[in-house]
Amino acid sequence: MHKDETHQHMHGYGIYILVWLGLLTLTAVTVAVAGINFGALTITTALVIASIKSYLVLTIFMHLSIEQRVFRIFLLVALFFFIISIVLLFADYSFIENY
Amino acid sequence: MSSSEHSAAGHVHRDDIASRMGMWLFLFTELLLFGGMFFLYSVYRFMNPEAFHVAAKELNTLIGCFNTAILLTSSLTMALSITAIQKDNKRLSVIFQVLTIVLALAFMVNKYFEWTTKFHHGIYPGSDILLNKDSGEILFFGLYYVMTGLHGLHVVIGAVLIGVMTRLTIKGVITKDSFVKLESAGLYWHLVDIIWIFLFPLFYLIT
Repeated sequence: MHKDETHQHMHGYGIYILVWLGLLTLTAVTVAVAGINFGALTITTALVIASIKSYLVLTIFMHLSIEQRVFRIFLLVALFFFIISIVLLFADYSFIENY
Repeated sequence: MSSSEHSAAGHVHRDDIASRMGMWLFLFTELLLFGGMFFLYSVYRFMNPEAFHVAAKELNTLIGCFNTAILLTSSLTMALSITAIQKDNKRLSVIFQVLTIVLALAFMVNKYFEWTTKFHHGIYPGSDILLNKDSGEILFFGLYYVMTGLHGLHVVIGAVLIGVMTRLTIKGVITKDSFVKLESAGLYWHLVDIIWIFLFPLFYLIT
């Protein structure tokens, strides 16, 4: 049996609970900001906070912080292409005169 | 996969890193699946900002918040179930897995009430009331039903998957020394959570 196939180390219960509390807090912040009308800044703030929450879930809950490095590279490559797609999409749609 | 790592023919190959990689690759296909719909949402919202704002008022922000809290907590219980089995606490791991399933079901119950309330107001794909609305509003609700519906399907699939893991844990197939199946199910579940983390502000918090 290959013991080295498993993680080098693991998270204790505590860090998961801390991250969970952080996620709930960030959710509350998102809702609070949505109540205040900042216009275009509201959606940007909401997406930034959603990205921070996803980062916490990815690194701690999904163990990316203690995984082999190649997993993080996988994810970065996937996100890179995703972001390129969105950028190109809006580069196209931003210049249409009549919808 | 039997609980014994050895068969009559010799050592049974096991590669936990490859197993996790396999699940991550599948998660990237899910990123494309939901990502494509998020692209659709972003373009149509860009083209119909006022209509999306009006349509979003039909949604109940409180239930949305509650569902967000439910899924975030279910991710916690899922992660805790893995730590529990790593500490050889089988009973606690099973408890956390069952809790995750209960939270998933609670999410679906909320979704049921949300959708039936809208049906009751005559807002569903193809309804007269919906078709008489602004085209931007029709787009909003089309996206709402498809995206939250597909996400809901993933919640149900995830709950069933975790149920399978619960049974395997009870049977002693998933143990302190062999828990990659549970980790993979966890990865899937956390993705379902991440998708909702983005769905929530985009549909419920347009004010």
